[in-house]
Amino acid sequence: MTRVSEQGGPDQQYQAHLAAGRFMIQRGVETGKMVFFPRAIAPGTGEDLEWVEASGRGTVYSTTCVRKRPPETDLNIALIDLEEGPRMMSRVEGVAPDAVAIGMAVKARIVALDDGHIVVFDPAPGEAA
Amino acid sequence: MNDRFPRARTAIVGAATFGEGRCPGYEPYDMAAIAARDALAQCGLSFADVDGVFATTSNDTFGGAMHFAQYCGIRPRVMDNSRSGGNVFESYVERAVWLLEAGLIDCALIAYGSNQASALGKLTNTNRPFPYEAPYRPVNPMTSYALAAKRHMHQYGTTKEQLGEVALAARKWAQLNPDAVSRAPLTMDEYLAARMISDPFGKLDCCLVTDGAAAAVLTRADRARDLATTPIAVLGAASMTTHSHILAMPDLTVTPLAECGPRALAQAGLTPADIDLAELYDAFTINPILFLEDLGFCPKGEGGRFVEGGAIAPGGKLAVNTNGGGLSCVHPGMYGLFTIVEAVRQLRGDAGDRQVANARTAIAQGNGGVLSSQAIVVLGVE
Repeated sequence: MTRVSEQGGPDQQYQAHLAAGRFMIQRGVETGKMVFFPRAIAPGTGEDLEWVEASGRGTVYSTTCVRKRPPETDLNIALIDLEEGPRMMSRVEGVAPDAVAIGMAVKARIVALDDGHIVVFDPAPGEAA
Repeated sequence: MNDRFPRARTAIVGAATFGEGRCPGYEPYDMAAIAARDALAQCGLSFADVDGVFATTSNDTFGGAMHFAQYCGIRPRVMDNSRSGGNVFESYVERAVWLLEAGLIDCALIAYGSNQASALGKLTNTNRPFPYEAPYRPVNPMTSYALAAKRHMHQYGTTKEQLGEVALAARKWAQLNPDAVSRAPLTMDEYLAARMISDPFGKLDCCLVTDGAAAAVLTRADRARDLATTPIAVLGAASMTTHSHILAMPDLTVTPLAECGPRALAQAGLTPADIDLAELYDAFTINPILFLEDLGFCPKGEGGRFVEGGAIAPGGKLAVNTNGGGLSCVHPGMYGLFTIVEAVRQLRGDAGDRQVANARTAIAQGNGGVLSSQAIVVLGVE
């Protein structure tokens, strides 16, 4: 029988890792297939998952600039293909939100919000995933 | 999987809309019930004949179709209240066909009502924020579709002007439809000048926000022959889902319609070349481009070039979204039943100034989520 983890569910564990400065994704214990977003079991196979630290290297798969009315500023939203395989939603900072380009090499960075942590990306020329 | 389909053994015998545009003071059930009553009345049926209820509205909650059946005074054997999005209505037709064929029901009523435009600000959002997208503040569903459009443009060279062709074609059809909400002339310069909202989409790449209700009635073909309306045969119907959120869409340039579209056409024994009109779910301008490719009207990546030069506008090479679509006719949040009603009106020859000459076959397609869940119905007059 599957036991209840003392570390809580996968969302809580993901957040605890981020709070400790680690960007962790999951890996199937049988197939080794990498998984994001965090889950209690692997999609498809149903196998158990273990946490592994992501390299943080990724490539922009698609990007859009959400245009805001002042005083709000425009916002980048991007889909990032991680070096390990999975895709995640994030944003690219350190460059104009409408200058983010598909194929751009990026590097992960953990950012604290009021109610948890998220992963954002910075351009990383020369670090193509 | 069994690909057998009871081709032409069921038919749509009633199809109606109500309150397209603004419907202040009405609740979604009021609107859906009126459309349902009118659809049944067309063919001489009433609520007493209905034993299968398939209902989704803009605000239904726990209890679902039960409340709507109660409202209409129906005691159904089968009830369905799916909420995956605008595709559910084509999927309802698919399920109703099989339930009719199996003899579990004799008359299916499919209904939808939404007062989302009039009730703006009062609606309860039943869509729970997804913790792996929401913190980045996407303006969904638009941002997710914008990401798909950007990927298509990157991969296949699709241009903003080609997206504009979709908007302009929809407006030209709407100008022929007295019930369409947006009928003012629209030029490419005006389209390109519209304020950008989520690149590459401006305001005119996005569907309308309106009220509206629709209903359709299905029965077996043998019974349909004795009713007052021209029966519109269901030749094929299929559904497919690949994801829920955009981060999990396998390839942003290929929708699940690439699987269920050809399957439904094969059930019907037709190819895209045999189709007289295609009513596609144009929540955003990229949608018809993706769907024309996935249905096989052109190769993957060629959708932008396919729509150029007014090719899907009145008088073009393929009649697409002949009511004006979600972009210019009506879009109450879930548009899928409106594509079915418009296809039926065209196949009955009841489409007025926008009538496609000699229309014998039609596709009505529904899209749910963020290109997530697709469903298609192939209709014909025998």
